[in-house]
Amino acid sequence: MDRGQLIETMQEILGPEGVIHQREELRTYECDGLMNYRVIPDLVVLPESAEQVQQIVKTCYDEGIPFVARGSGTGLSGGALPVESGVLIVLTRLRRILEVDIPNGRVVVEPGVINVWVSQEVADEGYYYAPDPASQIVSSIGGNLAENSGGVHCLKYGFTTNHVMGAEIVLPDGSVVHIGGGKSPDVPGYELLGAFVGSEGTLGIATKITLRILRQPEDVRTLLAAFKDTEEAGGAVSGIIGGGIVPAAIEMMDALTIEAVEKQISPGFPEAGAILIVELDGPEAEVEHQFEHVIRVCEENEASAIRVAEDDEERALLWKGRQAAFGAMGSISKDYYVQDGVVPRTELGAVLKKIADLSEEYGLRVANVFHAGDGNLHPLVLYDNDTPGEADKAEELAGEIVFACLEHGGSLTGEHGIGRDKMKYMPKMFTSDDMDVMQLLRCAFDPHRICNPGKIFPTPRLCGERPGPFHMHPVQKAGLAENF
Amino acid sequence: MQTQNVPTEELQGIVGEEHVREASAEDAVDGVEPSLVVEPGTIEETSEVMKLANREGLAVSPRGSGTKMGLGNPPKQVDLILSTTRMDKIIEHVPGDQIVRVQAGLRLQDLQENLAESDQMLGVDPPEEGATVGGMVAANSSGPRRLRYGTVRDLIIGIKVVLADGTVAKAGGKVVKNVAGYDLSKLFTGSLGTLGVIAEANFRLHPIRETARTVFLEVDDHAKIADAVQDLTHSSLSQFVLDALEMRWEGDRGVIAALFEGIEPAVEAQSSAATEVLRSHGESRVLGEDDGETFWEHFARRPWTTGDVGLKIGAPPSDLTAVLDSVVGAVERAGIEVRISGHAGTGVTFAGLSGGEDGLVEVVDEVREIRLRRGGSVVVQEAPLTIKERLDAWGSVGDYLGLTQRVKEKFDPEYTMNPGRFLGGI
Repeated sequence: MDRGQLIETMQEILGPEGVIHQREELRTYECDGLMNYRVIPDLVVLPESAEQVQQIVKTCYDEGIPFVARGSGTGLSGGALPVESGVLIVLTRLRRILEVDIPNGRVVVEPGVINVWVSQEVADEGYYYAPDPASQIVSSIGGNLAENSGGVHCLKYGFTTNHVMGAEIVLPDGSVVHIGGGKSPDVPGYELLGAFVGSEGTLGIATKITLRILRQPEDVRTLLAAFKDTEEAGGAVSGIIGGGIVPAAIEMMDALTIEAVEKQISPGFPEAGAILIVELDGPEAEVEHQFEHVIRVCEENEASAIRVAEDDEERALLWKGRQAAFGAMGSISKDYYVQDGVVPRTELGAVLKKIADLSEEYGLRVANVFHAGDGNLHPLVLYDNDTPGEADKAEELAGEIVFACLEHGGSLTGEHGIGRDKMKYMPKMFTSDDMDVMQLLRCAFDPHRICNPGKIFPTPRLCGERPGPFHMHPVQKAGLAENF
Repeated sequence: MQTQNVPTEELQGIVGEEHVREASAEDAVDGVEPSLVVEPGTIEETSEVMKLANREGLAVSPRGSGTKMGLGNPPKQVDLILSTTRMDKIIEHVPGDQIVRVQAGLRLQDLQENLAESDQMLGVDPPEEGATVGGMVAANSSGPRRLRYGTVRDLIIGIKVVLADGTVAKAGGKVVKNVAGYDLSKLFTGSLGTLGVIAEANFRLHPIRETARTVFLEVDDHAKIADAVQDLTHSSLSQFVLDALEMRWEGDRGVIAALFEGIEPAVEAQSSAATEVLRSHGESRVLGEDDGETFWEHFARRPWTTGDVGLKIGAPPSDLTAVLDSVVGAVERAGIEVRISGHAGTGVTFAGLSGGEDGLVEVVDEVREIRLRRGGSVVVQEAPLTIKERLDAWGSVGDYLGLTQRVKEKFDPEYTMNPGRFLGGI
C-alpha cells in the first residue's frame, strides 16, 4: 500500500476531516512536550471512537506500518514522538466520560478525557480522582495511563497505576481485549493491567479506561516553611516522615527556583535558601494532631518562617507558586532542561550536594524543585542555546545528575518516562538480561514491533530469537505466514 | 508428559547433597508426586537448577512454606519442587526510606516482626500462617487491610526472578516512585509460579499506626449487610479512613466489621461516627485495640477447612446483595451448608461449602453463571481432588485469555513451570 492508498483507506475509516496528510499541518505533531526531538509523521489520524482506533490499527498491522498513539502531547520524554513513515494516532477526540458509578467508586472514560475533568465530574458527589500531575489541566487520561503519571499527592495516594482499575485495549494486531477487573477486584490471570500501565504506549492503545475515584478528604491543611538551605529543609522532611506521618504532599524548592517563581508570579514567598510545602489531609482529628507535629518539626529544624494557609484561597496561592516552577525558569534563563530522577529519600542530601558540585564543574546553574517525600527530583539545568555548545553541555550535565541518582540507589525516572529521551541510559540501570526479559512482554503484545517502536529499549529484541528448541508458530504451521 | 530422568547427582553438585531429597507423599501437589525437593541457597544456585531442569525437560513447582499448593488446577506434572525456604534473608531495610528488600523464602510473619522494631510494616495481611513473601506475591494473597493499602501489586516496587531457562532478571528498584522499564513486579504478582521463580521482592512500607478501634454490627438478614457496607463506604469514613471493612455470614446471622487505625483521638472520633452511620441498621459495638486483635484473628480467617469447597468471588462492591443471594439461594436448594466471609469494602467474598458431595459442582456452576451475567469472577480456592476433577478452578476467562497464553509462551515456552495449574491450561 503506498501513501496515497493509505490516505484513502484512512479517509474511508475516518472521513476526510479525520486524516491529516499535508506536510505543513503534520508539523504540528512533530514533537511532544520534549522539544529537542522532532520527527514528522507520514500521516496523522484523529479517530472519534474505539471502533475507528481498532480499524486504524488493523490497517497498520496488515500493512506493517508502525504507529504511535498520542494524547494531549504534554509528555516530557518523547514517548509520543512520531516515527518516520508511520501513523500518529491522536486520541483527543475520544473525550467522553462514559459512566459515573458512585456506588462502586468508578468512572469510565475515553483516553482523550483531560485529567482534571474527572474530578470536576464527580466533585458534587464529594469525590475526586487522586493522581494529579502538574499537567493535569491539559494532559489526558490515556497519556497518564501510558506514562503512569505521578503528581504531588502520589506519596500518600499512589500513582496512576494504583487508580486505573480496568482498560479496554486495542492490541497491535487490531484485536480488542479487556484487562483488569474494572469494577470487580482480583480478576483471575496475569496482572496484565499492571504491566500495561506505564508501558509508554508500546503495548497497545487503551480506548476505555476505568478509574477509581476517592471521597474528598474531610480536612486539608497546608503550610509553607522557609529554611536556610536544602539541608535543613531535608532534615524537616526526614523528621516529618520519620514521625510516622504520610503527608498528602511534601514539596521542596531551592533558592534559585524561589527566585524564578518570585520573578514570574510573585506569590510573596519569604526569602529563603529552601522552601517546603507540606499538605496533610484526612479525618479532622488526625490532621489536626499531625499538623501540630509538622509545625514542631519545622521549628526544630530552624525554619525562619512558617505560613499556614487559612483557607482554600491561600492554599491555592501556595500551590500556584509550586506549580509555576517549571515555567518560571523562563524568567531567569533563556533555555532550560527539565530532568527527572529518583533517589531514596535518605540520599537526598548527598545527591543535592553532588548536583551542586556538578553545577559548578559545568559552569551551569541548576535549580531544584522536587517531590521530597518520595525522593523524586526535578533538577532544571539552565543554559543559553545561543552560546555554542551550551545545549550539549546542559544535556550532558542533566545526564550526570541521573547517573548520580543511580549511584545512590535510585531510578532514571520517577514520572516522566524513558521514552525516546532516556533510552540510551537504560543499560546503566538494567542488564541486557533485564531488558531482554522485559521485552518478552513486548513480544507477547507486539511481536512485529509496530506499536511505538524505538522507545524505552535501546536495543530492540527480535521476537522469536530466543535460544532453545524451535517452535513453529500456529499461524506459520497453518501456512499463513512465513517467519516472524 | 512422561516422567523424566532426574539427575540427582548433578543437582546435589549445585546445591549440596543435604539440600536435595527424595519427595514424600506430603510433597504431592494435588495428588501429583514429584521426584525430588531441591533447596537452593542462592539466586545463582536457583539459576543453575533451572538451567538443568530446562535441559532435562523437568517440570518445576516453586514452593515457599507450601501453604497454597492447592491453589489452581492439579498440575499436569511435577518433577522438582524448588523450595525457596533457605533464601530467607532481609537483604536491606532502610527505615528512613520506608522500603525493604527481601529474599522470597522469608516468612511474612518474620518480616513483620522485624519491621515492627522500626514501627513499620508491610501493608499486606493474608490469613495463611507461616506463608513466605514469595508465596504471597506468587498467589497475590491479601487480607482485610487491602482496603487502605491495596494488594501486593500496589506495594511491590521491585523484583528479581529466575526464568525457566535460568535467566536471572530484575525489574523496578528500591525507590517507591519509578517508571523506568516495564513493571514486571506486577506481572509476576499472582502468576502462581508459571512465569518463573520469584527470588527477591522489594516493597514500600507503611508506619504502624498507634492504636485501633473495631466497630461491628450484627444482623439477621443478609440483605442488610450490603446496605450497611454501602452506607459506610459513602460516608466521610471511606477508603483511606477505614482500614478494613469486612463481613461474615454463618447460619442465619451476619456481622459487619470496620477497622480504624491511627492516633487515639482520630480512631475515637471515627468509631463514634461509624456507630452513628450504622444506627439505622442496629446497635453496633466498639472494641478497643486488644479485644479487636482477638476479634480479627477469628474474623479474618477463610470460612472453610480442608475437605470443603472454598470459593473466592470477585464482584462490584455494590453487587454484594446479589452475590450473597446467589450463594445462599444455591446452597439452600442443594441442601449444602455455607459459611461466608469477605472484604466487603473491595468486593471480595469467600464462601465455604460443606456437607454433601452431590450438588456441590452444580452450586459452583450456578454462582458462576450469575457472575458471568453480572460481572466478576468465581475462583475455586479450596476443593478435594474429587471435586477438582469435575471443575475448573478458574472458571470462564474473559477475552484476555489469548494474550495471557502468549505471555506464558514467551516467558516459559516449554511450559515447564507449574504446568496446568493456572488458567487456560497454563
